[in-house]
Amino acid sequence: MCVREGAAVILPEPRGPLSADVVRALRADGEVRRDVEATDEEDFHLSLWLLYELHYRSFEGVDDSLEWSPPLLALRRALEEQFEAELRGACAPLVARAEQADGVPDQLAAIASFDSGTSLPLFLQREATRDQYLEFLVQRSLYHLKESDPQAWALPRLDGPAKVALAELQYDEFGGGRPERLHSRLFAEALAAAGLESSFGAYVNRVPSYTLAVNNAMSLFGLHRRLRGAAMGHLAAFEMTSSLPCRRLLQGADRLELPEAVGHYFDEHVEADAVHEHLASRGICGALVGAEPDLQSDVLFGAAACVHLDAVVAERMVDAWTHGQSTLLAEAGENVA
Amino acid sequence: MSECEITVVPGGPALVRGAGFVRDEDGNRHEVGRAVVAVCLCGLTQRAPWCDSTHKVAGD
Repeated sequence: MCVREGAAVILPEPRGPLSADVVRALRADGEVRRDVEATDEEDFHLSLWLLYELHYRSFEGVDDSLEWSPPLLALRRALEEQFEAELRGACAPLVARAEQADGVPDQLAAIASFDSGTSLPLFLQREATRDQYLEFLVQRSLYHLKESDPQAWALPRLDGPAKVALAELQYDEFGGGRPERLHSRLFAEALAAAGLESSFGAYVNRVPSYTLAVNNAMSLFGLHRRLRGAAMGHLAAFEMTSSLPCRRLLQGADRLELPEAVGHYFDEHVEADAVHEHLASRGICGALVGAEPDLQSDVLFGAAACVHLDAVVAERMVDAWTHGQSTLLAEAGENVA
Repeated sequence: MSECEITVVPGGPALVRGAGFVRDEDGNRHEVGRAVVAVCLCGLTQRAPWCDSTHKVAGD
């Protein structure tokens, strides 16, 4: 199977006036207009995602120096302020509930055990068709092909035991010294084996705003030192809600007789994340709050953001599937059914 | 011989660092494949000797 690594990402199709202006500016000198606003969630989250990707892999034909372009950074800040305020509002009830528990690990466990009523892993385990499972892989490709990259931004902002625990967790995510075991590579192999595109960003035009929002939250937390607590809380919740669901996803892949590489990716995460959840909740977040008690509320906010955004994804995807619809956006030139 | 460190997580598995292999109750040898492994302590795992987080749905 062929896995392309390091391929240039093509600038996506705009979804409204704001993302159109960002794409235009990225092809030029980074000067965005100041009088353009996002028309909807699609336009908003694609614009923010475009601005964040300048800090990761950027895009073909975009000048690398635009990563630090003042007009683009000013726009990013305005979008981030709106996104963070919305997230904090949506997460407040979950955080308040968690604060009734004692100690960071139990508080994180309270958030991670939140049941929104719709389980995406359960649907994929028992009901999803092959096409629906492949749609799930496409949606997840936006994150899993750069798995653990957003959390790496936090490393120089931590110290002592929390830093050691994050490095230990990321060493495993990044292959444990073996390039063939990079988790992003395992996912690329799963995509390729399933007949899907395996290069980063290949499906960005098909992925709706709720999945872009999941990725934007990780970049928001990762790129701001101020939000290092939220970044690590998010990581903890992600890991604490991964091991058991990955077993369901593995069983779903087996039920649908998907290629072995698909099951292998989730199989790896059953055991890996049974380790990572303890490294993240106790080793990282427990130590971080011990060293910097003021970060406790942000640790819980980050965890709640992870759980909240995942619940939105689950609700939207399962709702579409149960109504016989695709969760993916139509390809360019294709009419929406 | 390198040092092996075992950390018991309250209500969870034992995190083992520095081990080369883990021997299960039947004497079978399981190679350690990552820097830190979680060894099941509750006996409910479906992939012994490794923890698969089943303890979280088993109740206390």
